[in-house]
Amino acid sequence: MYKNNRGISRRNLILGSSAFAAGLTLSPYSSNAYSSKEENKLNFYNWDTYIGEDTLSNFKSETGVVTKIDFFADNDELFAKLREGNPGYDVIVPSNNFVEKMIEANMLSPLNHNKIKNISNIETRFLNASFDKNRKYSLPYMWGTMGIGYAKDKVKEIPDSWSFIYESDKYSGRIAMLSEAADVIGMGLKYLGHSINSKNPSHYKEVEELIISQKKHIKVFAEDNGQDLLASRDVYLAQEWNGDVGQVMLEDNNIDYLIPKEGSLIWEDCLCIPNGAPHPNNAHKFIDYIYDANVGAEIADYIQYATPNKAARKLLGDDYNKNTSIFPEESVLDKCESQLYLGEDILKIIEDSWTRIRAA
Amino acid sequence: MDSWKVKKKFFTFSIIPGFAWIMVFFFLPLAFVWIMSFGEKSNIIDVVITGTLDNYTRAFDRVYFKVLAHSFLISLITTFICLIISLPIAFLISFSSRRIKTFLLILIILPFWTNLLIRTYSLIAILRTEGHVNKILEFLWIKINNVLLFLGIYDGQLTPNEFIPLNLLYNNFSVIFGLVYIYIPFMIIPIYVVLDKFDKSYIEASLDLGAGQIKTLFKIIIPLIYPGIISGVLLVLIPCLGSFVTPDLLGGSNSQMIGNVIERQFKSANDWPFGAALSFLLIYITIGLILIHSLFSKKIVEEKIL
Repeated sequence: MYKNNRGISRRNLILGSSAFAAGLTLSPYSSNAYSSKEENKLNFYNWDTYIGEDTLSNFKSETGVVTKIDFFADNDELFAKLREGNPGYDVIVPSNNFVEKMIEANMLSPLNHNKIKNISNIETRFLNASFDKNRKYSLPYMWGTMGIGYAKDKVKEIPDSWSFIYESDKYSGRIAMLSEAADVIGMGLKYLGHSINSKNPSHYKEVEELIISQKKHIKVFAEDNGQDLLASRDVYLAQEWNGDVGQVMLEDNNIDYLIPKEGSLIWEDCLCIPNGAPHPNNAHKFIDYIYDANVGAEIADYIQYATPNKAARKLLGDDYNKNTSIFPEESVLDKCESQLYLGEDILKIIEDSWTRIRAA
Repeated sequence: MDSWKVKKKFFTFSIIPGFAWIMVFFFLPLAFVWIMSFGEKSNIIDVVITGTLDNYTRAFDRVYFKVLAHSFLISLITTFICLIISLPIAFLISFSSRRIKTFLLILIILPFWTNLLIRTYSLIAILRTEGHVNKILEFLWIKINNVLLFLGIYDGQLTPNEFIPLNLLYNNFSVIFGLVYIYIPFMIIPIYVVLDKFDKSYIEASLDLGAGQIKTLFKIIIPLIYPGIISGVLLVLIPCLGSFVTPDLLGGSNSQMIGNVIERQFKSANDWPFGAALSFLLIYITIGLILIHSLFSKKIVEEKIL
């Protein structure tokens, strides 16, 4: 049986590879890069589980455009993939600081707002942004906060301060921090009373010393699984993103999420069209489709993140709109900052001190 | 088989595909990385090759030595554990009957049919606080306590009052455990290959002539299968040194290895020239290890001839 199989599979391999080679040689001609009408295709590069269940198939039945979706795990992966030239993506979803970084690196195409008529559904306060003046290159997709997820059955008090994570031995060995240098160090700055966008190297030194002396109490710098560690009670306190904790809160009533009193960071993931996108018309069509009230409501309901789409919010009930882990109160939001792109020199300071923290 | 000295043309042609493959897919990309290591970032995405040695001088900072030393320690412990476990397994396989031998060899290779990431994630499920190991231990703890209670000797002194799960995950133990699990086939197979060709009558002769079991092992068997052991050690040690997925997923707050630092230079730090320099530092160390190995094996061959 084994021998037979091998013969067939080798033939299939040759067939497959010649088909692949043919595809490679033909693709520049079939992409209609120089004609006014695009083929009915769209390449979407998104975070995993970050779109409605039927959004893409509905988009196809409505417009005839077939969407191929790829996933990235973090902004760095997205940036590394597009750094040496766009491999063929039409719509990407970077976070605010990476939108700024990619604008600076000239990697994004300006959006044609006239082609996106549903832009009127977006809340006015999102129509301008510190990282993208007048939204020339990006439109808001979802937003959220960083905070502390905690196990109510294991923690005696409400951990309403970053000190529980950054400067306390109370839950020694039961604390998870995030693993992204900029997030962990940025929040350390906030805890010490500095701005998360500080450009003062001595502030970074302070945070480095703080985290190094706290390190013996930290169980793990969690990749992207702080919520799972909470659910299994491997840790009792986890620095995490609101949506991630929200997912386990749906299944476990003893887990809760809060934004500490020192404040935190607000993130915003944006829809952008990278330079060299093969289907820019379809990309605009897709972005317009996302801001449709019904479509936006379907996505937000499924992924449980905060949408900037006010028409979509009207279609959703109180358990979404009044959920404070999705939409924190204004007084809490006032204490939060968005991360800015701080330039390569500050990023180097952050990364180097992260290497020292991890090696200490 | 004809010697390459007789049929020169045939052998020249037959090495071309392999040679071309290695050139295009190994040396060429490596050359790009090497050139990149002498570059500087000019802006967010562009690198200018200036011939600077700054990246290498930066790599000699104390913190990278510390990380390298830690990586070496973890890799050496892993290699040692692999060796201790592999020797009896390789013996078992080579002394089995032909059918069982094939079956056992398939068992060794079987894990490779599953992706490394999936195998690592399943280790998380096994080792975590509420994982399978702790579940089994808790079950045993309850049973033992019940027996003690039944015998009437339980006073809460023999066992702790409540089951305390072991911390098996997110520390250096779990990193070494994961690395041993992943790389042990690379130790078993080279040792098995040498053992399989090894003439078993040497063992009989040694035992007949009065050497004990342990003396036979250290004086006869190990010296004769030494090349297999050294190949296995290199095949485990070198990939361990550069590993980054395992310490990332299984490691705790003190488990950073040099592979993680290199990975970060290409991702979040966005400093490809420095990442390239660190990669080459690791490559030079590896080349050094292989050189030492070849010196040793040369010495052994010479000793044998003499």
